Amino acid sequence: MKTSDSNRAYWRKNLQYLAILLGIWFVTSFLCSIVFVEQLDRLQLGGYRIGFYFAQQASIWIFVELIFVYAMLMNRLDKKYRATEDSEGETQP
Amino acid sequence: MNVQAWTFVMVGISFALYIGVAIWSKAKSTGDFYVAGSNVHPIVNGMATAADWMSAASFISMAGLIAFMGRDGSVYLLGWTGGYVLLALLLAPYLRKFGKYTVPDFVGDRYYSQLARIVAVVCAIFVSFTYVAGQMRGVGIVFSRFLNVNIDVGVFIGMGIVFFYAVLGGMKGITYTQVAQYCVLIFAYLVPAIFISILITDNVIPQMGLVAKVADGSGMYLLDRLNGLNEELGFNRYTDGTKSTIDVFFITAALMLGTAGLPHVIIRFYTVRKASEARISAGWALLFIAILYTTAPAVAVFARTNLLKTVRVEQNGEMMDVKYEEVPEWFKNWEATGLIKFEDRNGDGAIQYRGPKSDVPNELTIDRDIIVLANPEIAKLPNWIVGLVAAGGLAAALSTAAGLLLVISTAIAHDLLKGALVPELSERQELGAARIAAGIAVCIAGYFGMDPPGFVGQVVAFAFGLAASSFFPAIVMGIFSKRMNKAGAVSGMIVGITFTAAYIVYFKFINPAHNTPAHWWWGISPEGIGTLGMVLNFIVSIAVSALTPPPPAEVQALVEDIRVP
Repeated sequence: MKTSDSNRAYWRKNLQYLAILLGIWFVTSFLCSIVFVEQLDRLQLGGYRIGFYFAQQASIWIFVELIFVYAMLMNRLDKKYRATEDSEGETQP
Repeated sequence: MNVQAWTFVMVGISFALYIGVAIWSKAKSTGDFYVAGSNVHPIVNGMATAADWMSAASFISMAGLIAFMGRDGSVYLLGWTGGYVLLALLLAPYLRKFGKYTVPDFVGDRYYSQLARIVAVVCAIFVSFTYVAGQMRGVGIVFSRFLNVNIDVGVFIGMGIVFFYAVLGGMKGITYTQVAQYCVLIFAYLVPAIFISILITDNVIPQMGLVAKVADGSGMYLLDRLNGLNEELGFNRYTDGTKSTIDVFFITAALMLGTAGLPHVIIRFYTVRKASEARISAGWALLFIAILYTTAPAVAVFARTNLLKTVRVEQNGEMMDVKYEEVPEWFKNWEATGLIKFEDRNGDGAIQYRGPKSDVPNELTIDRDIIVLANPEIAKLPNWIVGLVAAGGLAAALSTAAGLLLVISTAIAHDLLKGALVPELSERQELGAARIAAGIAVCIAGYFGMDPPGFVGQVVAFAFGLAASSFFPAIVMGIFSKRMNKAGAVSGMIVGITFTAAYIVYFKFINPAHNTPAHWWWGISPEGIGTLGMVLNFIVSIAVSALTPPPPAEVQALVEDIRVP
């Protein structure tokens, strides 16, 4: 019973992370790089056209960061979860 | 040494390396053969995934595509990288936790249905064959241009190499050869890009060169210069798009969703030890991919600029079209391969290269594939770099081909024979069957490479659309919805695939004349329709599962189990 409660809390937290990170993913790739690319292109800083730069460079680096951030958050969550789960102590096969 | 001698040296060294690695990492069990014993380090797996993912299309064609598409090229840049976010966040860790070898394994067990398993096997095999034919063709092209051998002989040599390490080493051999191939291909991609970036913009880092000023003292930004050259010849401004926003949106989404559902990518995440390693490994994979994918748009801009400067030369302070007898040697080399075509329509002896907005008829056709392959020659780089690029193109094609062949052999030996038809197969027999299946698959792929059916180019849209509209929703719902049952998943997959396939077949084969934005539904091209197919799949599967009984308790327990670490 206790296990199932902590499992549920773990899963809820995971879903929260997913919602935030996938939100950022959607904004950078679909909004900044595609839907609002023309508006952003009017902003030009030096050689950077913001919309074009998002579409061909910045989004890709943001994708990489999103995955590493998620991996880090989940590792932390796994550790916390295992700490409350004092029994068993079984590891992955 | 000349280009051909250097190419022999570079290709020879790299092939010797792959064979050495393959002998060192021979597979001894089915676990080794399918998933490299599931103890590959996450960074090593990331590198292997990157090589597996980046095919001849990424290495040879992508920069060229972007050079001709301008900003619209971002559909490939975003589509073929953004899918990894979905993969790392929604699929890979859970599939690893589930712990069997393949996507059909998961689909079959989660939806407690042999039918679902077999549908997944057929899709996996179809998608992989579509893909692998293009790789063998790429091998043939590189051989014929740089080593002056017949395309068929080139394909044959490529088949021999892949046969050797895929059949012998299985996933274990493939993983470590892919690491070597990643190193070769990334080095071969970056070296010319860095040289050209220095030549054009004085910047060592190509990604910085993309946004820098041209190094000719004019103080102009490179992108502004290229926009100017493009407009002068009647092309669209490079940084503007020509596709409609909705189409770019749907194509990008279809490529991302398809990437996340492609079996040869997913299977790589079974090779690490545990779910947390699958997450971090996807991050490494995308980092290694991003190094090439952020260089490609820079290469595209450099190459396009160099190309336009070759056909427009300054004479007595005026910009003129270049005379045919004055073109550099690379132009005639590539003309001989048929990848550059010049037709002097007005008979003035000069090359008029013009875009759709110009009044002057265009006289020059350039195949997009030569942008990367000819780039070092266009920029007058030393011969050894040209040889290096050839070796890099081969590394990209061979690594992807090997990964795909493994999916095919696993699908046949593990999912179809052991999983459905002859469950009493022993491990040794299964391993033997997997090797035989890999061998047969190499031969079929080789045949497609030598004699490609005309539809190969067309069906690439299929591979992504199909994966997006079938696998992706079925797997995601299998993990994130405990309520999703067999009836929902199967009917969703059938509706998604049928809709997507019907739309593509109609516009690509039945009525190609109507394949224009005016006839597409809401302006969505066949390349992007997989996204709509995926939405339909979700709607149908949720509706049907709500009307039918929930899955059995043990399946719900399975879902609970894969969600926790």
